[in-house]
Amino acid sequence: MTAEATPALVEGAAADPGTPGPAAGRGPRARTAAAYLRYVAGKLAGAAVSLLAVLVTSFFLFRLIPGDPVKFMTGGRPVSAEQLAAYRREFGLDLPLWRQFAHYCGKALTGDLGTSYQFRTPVIDKITEALPNTLLLTGTAFVLYTALGIVLGTRSAWRHGRLGDRLNTGLALTLYSVPSFWLGLLLIIVLSVGVGPVPGLFPTGGMESGGKEGFAYAVDVAHHLVLPVVTLVAVEYGQTLLVTRSALLDEMGGDYLTTARAKGLRDDQVRRRHAVPNALLPTVTLVFVNLGRTVAGVILVETVFSWPGLGGLFYQGLSVPDLPLVQGLFFFFASAVIVMNTLADLLYPLLDPRVGR
Amino acid sequence: MNTHDLHGRGRTGPRLGRTRLLATAGAAALVLTAGLASPLVPAAPRAHAAEGTQAGKDGKDGKDGKDGKVLTVAVAQSVDSLSPFLAVRLLSTSIHRLTYEYLTNYDPKDAHVVPGLATKWEPSPDKLTWTYTIRSDSKWSDGQQATAEDAAWTFNKMMTDQGAATANGSFVNNFEKVTAPSPTQLVIRLKKPQATMTALDVPIVPKHVWEKVDDFSEFNNDKSFPVVGNGPFVLTAYKPDSYVRLKANKDFWRGAPKFDELVFRYYKDQDAAVAALRKGEVSFVAGSPALTPAQAASLKGEKDIRVNEGPGRRFYALATNPGAQARNGKKFGDGHPSLLDERVRHALFMAVDRKTIVDKVFQGHAVEGQGYIPPRYPTYFWEPSGNRRLAYDPAKAAELLDRAGYRANADGKRVGKDGKPLNYRVLCHATDPNDKAVGKYLQEWWGGLGIGVTLDCLDNVTDPWLAGKYDLAFDGWSVNPDPDFVLSIHTCAALPATPKDTGATDNFICDKTYDELYAKQLAEYDPAERANLVKQMESRLYDLGYMNVMAYPNAVEAYRTDQIESITTMPAEAGNIYGQDGYWSWWSAVPADSDDSSGGSASTGVVIGIVAGVVVLAGLAGLFAMRRRATAEDRE
Repeated sequence: MTAEATPALVEGAAADPGTPGPAAGRGPRARTAAAYLRYVAGKLAGAAVSLLAVLVTSFFLFRLIPGDPVKFMTGGRPVSAEQLAAYRREFGLDLPLWRQFAHYCGKALTGDLGTSYQFRTPVIDKITEALPNTLLLTGTAFVLYTALGIVLGTRSAWRHGRLGDRLNTGLALTLYSVPSFWLGLLLIIVLSVGVGPVPGLFPTGGMESGGKEGFAYAVDVAHHLVLPVVTLVAVEYGQTLLVTRSALLDEMGGDYLTTARAKGLRDDQVRRRHAVPNALLPTVTLVFVNLGRTVAGVILVETVFSWPGLGGLFYQGLSVPDLPLVQGLFFFFASAVIVMNTLADLLYPLLDPRVGR
Repeated sequence: MNTHDLHGRGRTGPRLGRTRLLATAGAAALVLTAGLASPLVPAAPRAHAAEGTQAGKDGKDGKDGKDGKVLTVAVAQSVDSLSPFLAVRLLSTSIHRLTYEYLTNYDPKDAHVVPGLATKWEPSPDKLTWTYTIRSDSKWSDGQQATAEDAAWTFNKMMTDQGAATANGSFVNNFEKVTAPSPTQLVIRLKKPQATMTALDVPIVPKHVWEKVDDFSEFNNDKSFPVVGNGPFVLTAYKPDSYVRLKANKDFWRGAPKFDELVFRYYKDQDAAVAALRKGEVSFVAGSPALTPAQAASLKGEKDIRVNEGPGRRFYALATNPGAQARNGKKFGDGHPSLLDERVRHALFMAVDRKTIVDKVFQGHAVEGQGYIPPRYPTYFWEPSGNRRLAYDPAKAAELLDRAGYRANADGKRVGKDGKPLNYRVLCHATDPNDKAVGKYLQEWWGGLGIGVTLDCLDNVTDPWLAGKYDLAFDGWSVNPDPDFVLSIHTCAALPATPKDTGATDNFICDKTYDELYAKQLAEYDPAERANLVKQMESRLYDLGYMNVMAYPNAVEAYRTDQIESITTMPAEAGNIYGQDGYWSWWSAVPADSDDSSGGSASTGVVIGIVAGVVVLAGLAGLFAMRRRATAEDRE
């Protein structure tokens, strides 16, 4: 589901540090623009092909899951053979596979992802119902862990080998390796229920207490948001930190930094204006991959904190299997990653003019 | 490298300092707001009291402006649909029990049938016409009278509209005609006699509301609140995977519930739900299907928490493949032929130590298996007696196998008629730790007899199960007060029409004697005589040895005694609370009065916590500043 973004570009950029900035006047502007447009067209075409591939994959992939949705949904209660047949007819499961596929494609192209078997609601409605919740959780966490990762990663690299760096990377690596559900449960026990003198400060789960409106509602949701976000940030920031740190370390021996210092620039200016921008490419890739992933939700954290998001919905769909629901969600998740990667691809030439030429 | 001293220069740049300051301030603000938010929102300990008081002040809840008492229940299941015509999950159907009346209900003491919307019922002498008297003291929550016309309309809708038959269609399969000659009289004409007419678990909906629905297969009843109903509670709000809120129906004919509000809160993770109970955010945790032995042990002895253990409605069995077949006589699947010998089936079950399973696998939270129907339903419970009982006896099991001709070879392995060593494939649910644990024991016990066991633990066992591609399988069903359904799944009529079809059958049992008894009990309207027939069926099933009940797992649940003073269990003596046959538990629950004192101490705790947090933050900030100053000086 994740699409790794162009490692060749990243390596190329890291191995050949040079001054960034305007294209240093090589050739007329028109040629650059045309080259960029060609690059954009190539990337967009690639994305379109990927989307089509995802559309096809999502149909066949979930038909490989063993299990009969009708049998699962009618399990444990009296159902006549006629009723079972009626279910199959209703869900279109009585048709040959190729006709089911044709139906699915036809509907998907008009933006209709079908109706969930178990919830009897259009899949689009289920997605739009849970998407804001997921975005609130993963979006908040994404902003925080990206910022924290970049800031701490930069600091670590700039003062690498010092105690601060060792503590920083050590802590980040430790938290990165901690299972998120375990950390979440620990936080619930310590900060929600309270242990010894520590009082229970946060709710144990869910997104709201219910029955609130306006400002009180916002405060309530924010209150519920703290622990899951802290869990996600703790587990995720290490990745950004390490990528940023190693990219910056690669840049630090660069002659252009010595030049910058020789110009008399202050240290933090050297870092901010010269070193960090050059080291940003791998981080940008990671940031966009992460951004694409935000919509997919986080099944484990959503489960521990009972957050009503898309991850949990996907899990519920898989257990039936609720084919329209899992197909729709899979298509949606994969599309988000593809779109974000394409955006990242389109952004590279702006960050580093050597890309796309 | 000389980079280090270079890096030291100019570290006190003003912008950088501001960023860091901002970040620290931001973090502090976040922690503070979050901490401060505690007292404002009802997530603090003694949640329901705080919430209730607030609700009372707001005047939103409780007609008479009294403090609203809220009962919060942690549930793990999400709602599939709030339409009584579509909902099949336990949570959703429980909510319908609370919000709509059914014709009949089951007594909490021993599950015998008691009046619901109907006060009386009478079959005609030819057994084909049932006349129900509908009570005249039940009103819909919008003020209109609930009548026989509503009931007739509900059943007729299910008989004529495929969409409306989705969840409960099987109840009306045998109905010929349903009419309401008067507002208090409902007449149901059957195609053939049916003893389950007092166990029609169908929510009766208000005709004047539901006749406006176009497509019953897609109407989920979750858009406009409150939902018009006539049960002990009225559905007032629902947010998917978050909560379901219900308000007490003060005009309920059996009497108003003692709590003012009932909230089902969604906890996907059972450990988190237990934490919420400990904290007091929820009043009750059911566990799905039960609290784990570890969770129960950790809650026992905790102040203000009571762990309730009652007989469950499930049985946990070992099903044997009798050779899968379809109604057209075609055989399919690949069940081991040796299992068609009754002596082999009995030998296998006699080598299963059920006491060990209860003690070691269920850690005491189960009852040793006997007949097919759990002892929770005393009317239908049957247990084998005397020498028919297949007690644990490995020596006798070995003897039976010898007699059946499956003797051990030189290696100690028993060989089949084809000369190959006996090895059985046991189908197990990968998601059920009990299956895996019992499977290990089977390997040991049957291994001792010289029989190999291959455990096939799968996430989804349906495919091999329906195809008859297994030898034995872990099986279990939840039993209703009326046992008709769990009995019907072992009749020949439940077999699939052809091998390609899916039938209602559980494990392809088809036995003439059993079928004859089934037909008799379905037409027997005398309760005692019918119970007798059902027991004969259980006896037959036991002797056949295709369905061996190993245990009846208990329901293990917990609640806060400082929030719930008393609650009706079912059966009344030492029964369970969640998922009862009826609305008894939540309708009867009495709120406790001990909230204020502990609430005070809890908010003191919050204040202390915030102060401590601020002190820690200030300390950290101080350290940070000092460290910065120090490094700056060092570097100068």
